[in-house]
Amino acid sequence: MSLIDSISLPRGFRLPRAGGLVEWIVPLAVIAIWQVASVAGLVPARVLPAPSDVALAGWKLLLSGELVRNIWVSFWRASIGFLVGGSIGFAFGLANGLSQLSARLTDTTLQMVRNVPHLALIPLVILWFGIDEGAKLFIVALGVFFPIYLNTLHGIRTVDPQLIEMGRIYGMTDRELFRRVILPGALPSIFVGIRFALGIMWLTLIVAETIAASSGLGYMAMQAREFMLIDVVVLSILIYALLGKLADSASRVLERLTLAWHPAFQKR
Amino acid sequence: MQTALRTTLPETELASRANFAPRARVVREERPVHTSGLPLDIRGLRKSFGDNEVLRGIDLHIPARQFVAIVGKSGCGKSTLLRLIAGLEKIDAGSISFGDAAIQPEDIRVMFQEPRLLPWARVLSNVEVGLGRDRSSGDAHARAERALAEVGLGDKRDQWPSVLSGGQKQRVALARALVARPRVLAFDEPLGALDALTRIAMQRLLERVWRDQGFTAILVTHDVSEAVALADRVLVIEEGRIAHDVMVNASRPRTRGSVELAGLEGSILSHLLSADDRT
Repeated sequence: MSLIDSISLPRGFRLPRAGGLVEWIVPLAVIAIWQVASVAGLVPARVLPAPSDVALAGWKLLLSGELVRNIWVSFWRASIGFLVGGSIGFAFGLANGLSQLSARLTDTTLQMVRNVPHLALIPLVILWFGIDEGAKLFIVALGVFFPIYLNTLHGIRTVDPQLIEMGRIYGMTDRELFRRVILPGALPSIFVGIRFALGIMWLTLIVAETIAASSGLGYMAMQAREFMLIDVVVLSILIYALLGKLADSASRVLERLTLAWHPAFQKR
Repeated sequence: MQTALRTTLPETELASRANFAPRARVVREERPVHTSGLPLDIRGLRKSFGDNEVLRGIDLHIPARQFVAIVGKSGCGKSTLLRLIAGLEKIDAGSISFGDAAIQPEDIRVMFQEPRLLPWARVLSNVEVGLGRDRSSGDAHARAERALAEVGLGDKRDQWPSVLSGGQKQRVALARALVARPRVLAFDEPLGALDALTRIAMQRLLERVWRDQGFTAILVTHDVSEAVALADRVLVIEEGRIAHDVMVNASRPRTRGSVELAGLEGSILSHLLSADDRT
């Protein structure tokens, strides 16, 4: 690695290479300033507890096993909802991208449903499912469905028709054409959909858990509010931030692996 | 109308020319000949798009292994003729046949102005696409490597297409068209997007592989000097018909800009321009 780096050293001026730690400088600095401000008494503990107090609360919850259990429950709900909604969205995107008939049959309906804010369905969903798992999974799946559907459809529709003609000339069967031309061509757009969907996934889950749940991170935060445990509320919010970042990083790694051919992902 | 201005040699003379075997062919005898070109017979070919009749009755015989260039103004129907020959469009009336041989899909290949490479496949697997049904056979790699070496890009096999230059991409596209050893190769302005020097290098490459492999070549171009430099025969298409059919008898390898070729180029150009005056 270092050998390759030294060979390809640029001649002109260049900013120092950004290592893996650079991106953490700003968050860590914010926490440090926050700690100093709290200790100095600039921020009252009732408004915002010091990071050390938040960490302590986290440690206690970790020891009691409550934290891990709640994170696990939320993570499980998010993943299942994402998989279900994402698969259905992907399937509809494929069907409507590949078949005119399917698109004419369902696209208008889907576009109408899309314009209803899915969080507005929470009261209805609670009436249907109660505050069971089903309610949360349904809402997450619905939220995740649309970005993946729209971007898959867009990706397939915008595959270069000249490449499709080329594939036909060279005798590709429908299957081959899909696997070698259409799917790889649509992949960059599908990844955009996935990253949008991951954001919506957390947002939806947290709202759903805050309103109606008996476990999970959102429930933990609401429970803490009732007992005025502001450190646990802040802890929950920080964990959301970390989980969101984790999901985004995972999709970036996947993107890098599958889009190695794309000029934007090649080593400069 | 279309026969009135014919400058072609009579059919019988054409046949004797084939037997005469010019020098280039003698040289090729020493190499293994992998494929043989197919002859083309086109009878009463018509094609319309909506109300617009693009081809109005084309009759044409192309002997096996001939290099034919088709020139004409934009919209004259030359690309449509090529797309019909390649089977990319449906024929409205008339017929196109390739001698008596039963043809395979791999026998006819097309090369376009755009390279049309798959950006997500490495150079070698882009060439393997050209094998058609043999794509998954055991010697696919070896055959694709041979085709790449033939166009001088053997060292680029593991590159992504995005890092290649325009000329290199077009050479990969040529390797992909050649890899299945086609018997008819149709070129639709294959050099139109290249700069002047790359163009000349590519013309030499096209001529070399044509002489090596002996396929029948059909080149659609708007560049008359390219047509004259490469082809045995130049067809001028005007308003959906063959207006002129000119043999280029200059010996190969041809000297670019020689008096003989320049004279021929001038006369074809004046045909094209005089047609302009009439309308």
